[in-house]
Amino acid sequence: MSETANAFAEAEDVLSQAASWRAAGEKVALATVTETWGSSPRPAGSRLAVTASGHMAGSVSGGCIEGAVAEAAMETLRTGVPKLLDFGVTHERAWEVGLACGGKVKVFVEALA
Amino acid sequence: MTPETLAALQRARAEKRPVVLATRLADGAQHLLPDAAAPAVLAEAAAAALAADESGTVTIDGTAWFLHAHNPPLRLVVVGAVHIAQALVPMAAAMGLGVTVVDPRRAFATEARFPNVVVSHDWPDEALDALAPDVRTAVVTLTHDPKLDDPALDRALKSPAFYIGALGSKKTHAARLKRLRALGHDDATMARIRGPVGLAIEAVTAPEIALSILAEIVAVRRGAALAQKLAA
Repeated sequence: MSETANAFAEAEDVLSQAASWRAAGEKVALATVTETWGSSPRPAGSRLAVTASGHMAGSVSGGCIEGAVAEAAMETLRTGVPKLLDFGVTHERAWEVGLACGGKVKVFVEALA
Repeated sequence: MTPETLAALQRARAEKRPVVLATRLADGAQHLLPDAAAPAVLAEAAAAALAADESGTVTIDGTAWFLHAHNPPLRLVVVGAVHIAQALVPMAAAMGLGVTVVDPRRAFATEARFPNVVVSHDWPDEALDALAPDVRTAVVTLTHDPKLDDPALDRALKSPAFYIGALGSKKTHAARLKRLRALGHDDATMARIRGPVGLAIEAVTAPEIALSILAEIVAVRRGAALAQKLAA
């Protein structure tokens, strides 16, 4: 297991934001870093919330994979099917994005529904 | 995640209860642990994740689960509602630490000087007894007054607090250790006290000293080499 996000609180309360978006009638997806290898920027447990209308809160990387994760989140919102995304140097062709730092991360994407 | 699971998770966080959100990565099925209905092996793995304060993926009986540990915030007990505390408290709060200020001198520990912070006017030993520092608690004494600092340090040393810091010069600290020794603390125990408090960054102003204290708390918490070196 990698370094945790829990010891010190995050600046942004992603879950509260997700809950209030949903209360406001938005469709919300949650993305969570589940595994990291090497020098990935965000530890396991880091979260990103994405709405169908394109709002985002939190982060799962230094910004390099947020776009691809948001796209996958849109699909999960349409289908309702969660998915496990795999980002890293060896998968740059599959996702057309990679981590500049050379690390690898897995990100779990689910709908809040 | 269902809205019900999210609400339960938010409730646990608001009530400062340690919980683990377990997600089966194959299909997104979830348990919020502890949960009597969950399989025992999963419950054990969740307890281990909380103890280590680490989230991660584990394989249980051939199935991959993501165990997301949600521990309550680390706590910081600041003894002495002094000038440096006024800088330290908001910076610590911004880092997500749950802060309590202890100072029986009511003129110092006022709502105006410490807005939105839990303030105890009890004598430091009684306040520390009530707060019961655990392995997720840091204690920092800032009063420069042995009458207030010493009883707080005495109680902190008897607790499993992960960080104990005492403001004061090397000379002040040597005198302090002498007094604590008279209270029955041995050298090995007193070596837990970080004094002079904070990382050595030549801090001068109150916010700089607060920064050095918080940096040291992070270094100790994360097991940074910097913290090890200072302890030696």
